[in-house]
Amino acid sequence: MATLSKLNPADHALPRNEGLPFDPEVIDGLQVNLSAVERRTRSLGGRRSVKKDYQAAWLLKAISCIDLTTLSGDDTPRRVKRLCAKAKQPVRQDLLEALGMADRGLTTGAVCVYHTMVETAVEALQGTGIPVAAVSTGFPAGLSPFETRLEEIRQSVAAGAKEIDIVITRGHVLTGNWKALYEEVKAFREACGEAHLKAILGTGELVTLRNVAKASMIAMMAGADFIKTSTGKESVNATLPVSLIMVRAIRAYEGMTGFKVGYKPAGGISAAKDILGYQILMKEELGLNWLQPDLFRIGASSLLGDIERQLEHHVTGRYSADFRHPMA
Amino acid sequence: MSIAEIFDSMEYGPAPESAKEAAEWLSARGTSFDLFIDGTWTTSNGSETFTSINPATGKKLATLTQATSDDVNAAVKSARQAQKEWEKLGGPGRARHLYALARAVQRHSRLLAVLESLDNGKPVREARDIDIPLVARHFYHHAGWAQLQEKSFPDYEAMGVIGQIIPWNFPLLMLAWKIAPALAAGNTVVLKPAEYTSLTALCFAEICKSAGLPDGVLNIITGDGTVGEMIVEHDDIDKIAFTGSTGVGRKIREKTAGTGKHLTLELGGKSPFIVFEDADIDSAVEGVVDAIWFNQGQVCCAGSRLLLQEGIYDTFVERLKNRMAKLRIGDPLDKCIDMGAIVAPVQKDRIDAMVKTGCAEGAEMWQPELDLPKDGNFYPPTLFTEVEPACTIAQEEIFGPVVVTLSFRTPDEAVKLANNTRYGLAASVWSENINLALDVAPKLDCGVVWINSTNQFDAACGFGGNRESGYGREGGIEGIREVLRPSFIRSLGHYKSGEEIDPNGQSAYDPKSAVDRTPKLYIGGKQARPDSGYSLPVYSAQGTLVGEVGHGNRKDIRNAVEAAAKNGGWTKASAHNRAQVLYYLGENLDIRKEEFVSRLVQTSGTTMAAAKKEVEMSIVRLFTYAAWADKFESRVHTPPMRGVTLAMKEAIGVMGLVCPDETPLLSMISLAAPALAMGNRIVLIPSEDAPLLATDFYQILETSDVPAGAFNIVTGKRDELAKTLAEHDNVKSVWYFGPEEGSSLVEKASAGNMKRTWCNHGLKRDWFNQDQSEGEEFLHQAVQIKNIWIPYGE
Repeated sequence: MATLSKLNPADHALPRNEGLPFDPEVIDGLQVNLSAVERRTRSLGGRRSVKKDYQAAWLLKAISCIDLTTLSGDDTPRRVKRLCAKAKQPVRQDLLEALGMADRGLTTGAVCVYHTMVETAVEALQGTGIPVAAVSTGFPAGLSPFETRLEEIRQSVAAGAKEIDIVITRGHVLTGNWKALYEEVKAFREACGEAHLKAILGTGELVTLRNVAKASMIAMMAGADFIKTSTGKESVNATLPVSLIMVRAIRAYEGMTGFKVGYKPAGGISAAKDILGYQILMKEELGLNWLQPDLFRIGASSLLGDIERQLEHHVTGRYSADFRHPMA
Repeated sequence: MSIAEIFDSMEYGPAPESAKEAAEWLSARGTSFDLFIDGTWTTSNGSETFTSINPATGKKLATLTQATSDDVNAAVKSARQAQKEWEKLGGPGRARHLYALARAVQRHSRLLAVLESLDNGKPVREARDIDIPLVARHFYHHAGWAQLQEKSFPDYEAMGVIGQIIPWNFPLLMLAWKIAPALAAGNTVVLKPAEYTSLTALCFAEICKSAGLPDGVLNIITGDGTVGEMIVEHDDIDKIAFTGSTGVGRKIREKTAGTGKHLTLELGGKSPFIVFEDADIDSAVEGVVDAIWFNQGQVCCAGSRLLLQEGIYDTFVERLKNRMAKLRIGDPLDKCIDMGAIVAPVQKDRIDAMVKTGCAEGAEMWQPELDLPKDGNFYPPTLFTEVEPACTIAQEEIFGPVVVTLSFRTPDEAVKLANNTRYGLAASVWSENINLALDVAPKLDCGVVWINSTNQFDAACGFGGNRESGYGREGGIEGIREVLRPSFIRSLGHYKSGEEIDPNGQSAYDPKSAVDRTPKLYIGGKQARPDSGYSLPVYSAQGTLVGEVGHGNRKDIRNAVEAAAKNGGWTKASAHNRAQVLYYLGENLDIRKEEFVSRLVQTSGTTMAAAKKEVEMSIVRLFTYAAWADKFESRVHTPPMRGVTLAMKEAIGVMGLVCPDETPLLSMISLAAPALAMGNRIVLIPSEDAPLLATDFYQILETSDVPAGAFNIVTGKRDELAKTLAEHDNVKSVWYFGPEEGSSLVEKASAGNMKRTWCNHGLKRDWFNQDQSEGEEFLHQAVQIKNIWIPYGE
């Protein structure tokens, strides 16, 4: 499977992506029409709408897909422990009871931190089954020495990270050096070993959707378990048009190989309404499998708070306030 | 289902838009409606009513009035009475009213959207996100045209009273397309909505009333096709604007023939959706959804013929099927569906019958397994593969959610297949290669081309078709021109045929002084004897026989049209090149002006001075259109998108020109030169009284580099030949300037292939008067405008 999660449905025993030999022809004819892509993503929100109980259920599902994240220069072990506590109990117990979800053991999909916080997080999440993801390879720019980047992966895996969010060298895409991109991701994947690899493309810096489509395909051919939009540090992060292109690449790759690769939008998704749009996109373009945490993750920090407020509103009928929910 | 169960299944639930306000609106009016005449809800003097049904449930929504001829008379009378004042109000005054209507539509947008969805069966999402915003946009945009009218169209005026008949597929949007330009330009309106879908029109009438639109400016009367006929036949209506089926359009053309009513027709289509192998395939698949499953496929410009390049055929069909399996059909008020209900059971039966025909003819039919509501009038999205151009379903309009797939190998073949239809409304072209897309678009014989997109509409852009999809454009400056007429028309006198001349028994033939000349027909760049082997005598004003011209017949017309159709070189030539030829014609006419002066004096009995003036003016006119040839340029519209819409002025193709007897040389040049300047190939029937001017003229054609087939001349009996021209399916437009009955004949005969016509309706133009006989009016009649939508961005 693309990532490990105890929240996956039992029948999700998916094989891991084995990758393909480098073949530039796969991306030669890739075409993307920006205006058409924008029309699709613009109209999708109008074509599908999830209301009432359905909305509550979808938002709870979204929580199970969140990589609850802190990636700040001022992160400290205590701050990370607080985050882990929130990952374990993302929604107030009384609300879960009112929603009929108290016995589901709902947690976030993972906790995502810098390497130095991996051990703290692993310890804090001991016994919960919640994996720790580490951003790696010179995150966010990815321009430290290649050996250093490989070593960073190895150390994070050794520290207990089950998932490694690597960043690609955007320059390889911008210069059309697809072979170099392929080799880089392939080496990262090997360094990950059993840990799962999420390839952050830095889509805001790739600029064109054509670049995003090609980079997505190369990363999957090189063995990425997940492809992910952004570090959250670029000026433009996850958007629906970029997501549409990446999930279409995932669909095409599955058509070529049979492997299901996961998708993680990250950065800028902070409203419950927004995440419903992404979930609808996943369901419409890829299908139900990609609504589960083994194939869908959301890189977010403040999103959870908004979802909690919406859930409380669903339960009480009153609009909620943020201070009523324990902070991360 | 509990939240936990939904958490596991991740299904979509129902997301209904409330119908409460719309139901209250209906019941507050007793679910029964009168006619909106002269600003008042008027009870019909007849007693007949009919019901409006919600096609999604089969339940009755309201009782509507079947208007009688007295009601139609009252509506027209009210419109006529209101028109003068309304026009006198001036552009800026009318602009305020149109602006008010735009605002009012926005204020009531949800009510209108829900009513539309209830009445028509379309998804409320489409009504809310597409129809109603476009309605408001149409009124805003045309408020602008009203504001600018006096400066933009100084020599034009309103046509008067316009009768408008609109279809059921976009009830309020079609109303806006018709009403906004008409009112902006100072016309008043009698409109009949489709009998299935009158509710939003009635709601709009109420909105107009409360927004302060003067009484009588807009009258809305309900009823079936017989009411439409009464409007069409009413003799105090100046123009009919119709959107609907080609069959009804054809009847309207026949009924209005010779009445002088201006006509715009927006009819059926079988529009191609062309996907080249270098397209963004996934986006093109999504485009098909927007092309044929928008509004349940009940769209005149629906992309109903899917043309796929062979290399991508299989993958495209596979991806399309996967996409179709994700479509959701159901309650139109559910905000989580893609397709709603078909408007009426009879339409659904028609779709079903066409699908059965397709299967019987050997095409392969595929429908996804979707949950269709048990009750109500629903039809699943349907894909046909293994379709050949000869199949009925590849030729006939289905007007439902059914797409047929054909394959092509090369761009040329794509264009041929695309044009292999009697219709010519719209086309989509999908390719990431700008060279390819922009090469193909001009070759498609239709009024709208969407590059890498489909079903895009905007008030700033013209919409309308060629061939049997009708004529006239709605939207943009093209549309405004269709509701204005040149101001001088009002002051024109009546056309008079030349006096019968009694032969005086003398002949000008004198072999001693001049070698015998046989004036022939001029076809395909060659002088040709008439097929009949007969000649017609030509007499001077004094009755002397001055020549014998060929008595052209049907076969000569056939040959001339064939020559014109075959030789497309003139149309492809650059505007600069066409200008050079027109200048050259002027130059050569100037060299031989003495000869033409004496011919004019001889055959039309005019004075030497007048004849000189006529020849001089003819030379000037040739120069004028040589000048225009590369200056009557296309436009770029700016709809609200990242991209441009090119409003390309294109040659119409093969045109028939029937010339009057008045100032026979000048009138002939005045008609031929603009048609040629715009790249049309012409078949010209010269003045019946003075045909020798035309037969003399072909010698000038022969010395002026006019390519073969561009200019053909057939002499003979004017109306005999005009009828054949007007009936010919390969002639795309006929201009007729002659006796009144000829206009009627031409308009009636044109209904066969729904060709454009431009007739004088028995009015006489002064061909020396430049306002009446030269310039943009002529040029507009000589082009058809194709709107090419080009969204861009990387």
